[in-house]
Amino acid sequence: MRIRELHHSYEELETIAGLDVDVSDGRVLGVVGPSGCGKSTLLELIAGLREPTGGRIEIFGRSDGPGRLSHCAYMPQRDALLPWCSAVDNAALGLRNRGASRADARRESAGLFERFGLEGFQEALPQELSGGMRQRVAFLRTLLPGKPILCLDEPFASLDAITRGEMQEWLASALRAEARTVVLVTHDIEEALYLADDVIVLSSRPARTVVTVRSERPRDPDRTAAVVEPAFLAARERAMTALREAPR
Amino acid sequence: MRRWIAPLLVLAGLIAAWQVAVDTGLVDDLLVPAPNDIARALWENRSLLADNAWVTFREVVLGFGCALVLGLAFATALHLSGVLRQAVYPLLVASQTIPIVVAAPLFVLWFGFGIGPKLAIVALVCFFPITVNTLDGLRSANPEQIKMMRSLDASRWQVFRLVEAPGALPRVFTGAKIAVAIAVIGAVFGEDAGATEGLGFLIRVDNAQFETARIFASVVILSGMAMLLFGLLTLAERRVVRWS
Repeated sequence: MRIRELHHSYEELETIAGLDVDVSDGRVLGVVGPSGCGKSTLLELIAGLREPTGGRIEIFGRSDGPGRLSHCAYMPQRDALLPWCSAVDNAALGLRNRGASRADARRESAGLFERFGLEGFQEALPQELSGGMRQRVAFLRTLLPGKPILCLDEPFASLDAITRGEMQEWLASALRAEARTVVLVTHDIEEALYLADDVIVLSSRPARTVVTVRSERPRDPDRTAAVVEPAFLAARERAMTALREAPR
Repeated sequence: MRRWIAPLLVLAGLIAAWQVAVDTGLVDDLLVPAPNDIARALWENRSLLADNAWVTFREVVLGFGCALVLGLAFATALHLSGVLRQAVYPLLVASQTIPIVVAAPLFVLWFGFGIGPKLAIVALVCFFPITVNTLDGLRSANPEQIKMMRSLDASRWQVFRLVEAPGALPRVFTGAKIAVAIAVIGAVFGEDAGATEGLGFLIRVDNAQFETARIFASVVILSGMAMLLFGLLTLAERRVVRWS
């Protein structure tokens, strides 16, 4: 995926001012920045849900909206589970949209429930699930259609600190088991540095890249140890400083 | 059970006060019959009332059914086409300002004395709340859910069927419950304008003959009918909308 000279404005308001980013296959890109800086907009642009007002985003040689849509699976900030569908039906949505019968789609998604720690909750409605479980159903839904690029918008923002830590470890293990190219937007620098290979720090609106920080041991099975290593802390300090000193 | 106690006590208190007011001569029982007279009228005329109530009930249910089908189809069409919505929405509002008192005799003129004009009037009064509520429900779909569906290759039809339509269901029920309560009034207006049977017709005849107790008996049945249909819709809503 190549992003060149990306610009975006809503009417008069400039939200993204010239971004250049490259993500190679199977790598995870973390995007952090002050709130309201256009991180979510960037993700919607990549995923093909919006068209940029300038520049280009090229994904496997396609830079048109439908082409980007076909390669990206987008997971919105809140889980966006359909409250009237059971967990297994929610996870199966992408398969059904692609023409699988309901029975086939349900079977395929139910087959992954155990691995996702959701065993026994297939027929539960979203309101009966905990925050962490809802997030896992939403992630399973994003993963199932088998698209090469996952666009995750603050996937754990709504969770409490302990659950968030657990979910980060869980996502790390899921990505170790099945490598995908991921663009992960978050406001949490530690989360970004733990999960991503590279982290770009954006300035406040209009967004520009302030610094790119390379992560030391991304998705280490031992998260608690990994996030207190001197190299991790140094990377975190660099990103923090960049965020603090970013031009306003 | 406990939530029934307060409304029942209020109702019993009102009936008792009413009975006392008539018994003590505070109000003339020729103008306002006492509750026990109404109860007697209900019992003595039970077969006459039942026959006419059945006629009205059929008009209400069939007219409401027509409005439900038309309203859902109309709301869906307006939701899917922005041009249609802009063009037709003002007319929809205007349709609601037609006074039924004026429309009812016209409908009798156009459709005759049968069930036709009654259905038309019931459907006319039910159509608006059903259509407007359904349309609002369809339009209030969560944009994040729609983005998620688009990203997972959903077609316009799949977005409608899996996200917008189920999300609109609570509002459809709201519209239907409002509609069914006023449907009964619509049927009475329709019968009043020209009919040979039905509670509205009976009330008209009784009015001319000072059969006030029987008029009140008819009104009691009409209220019961509206409450019954409202209750059935509430039950259906609880079964269908399990997620809220």
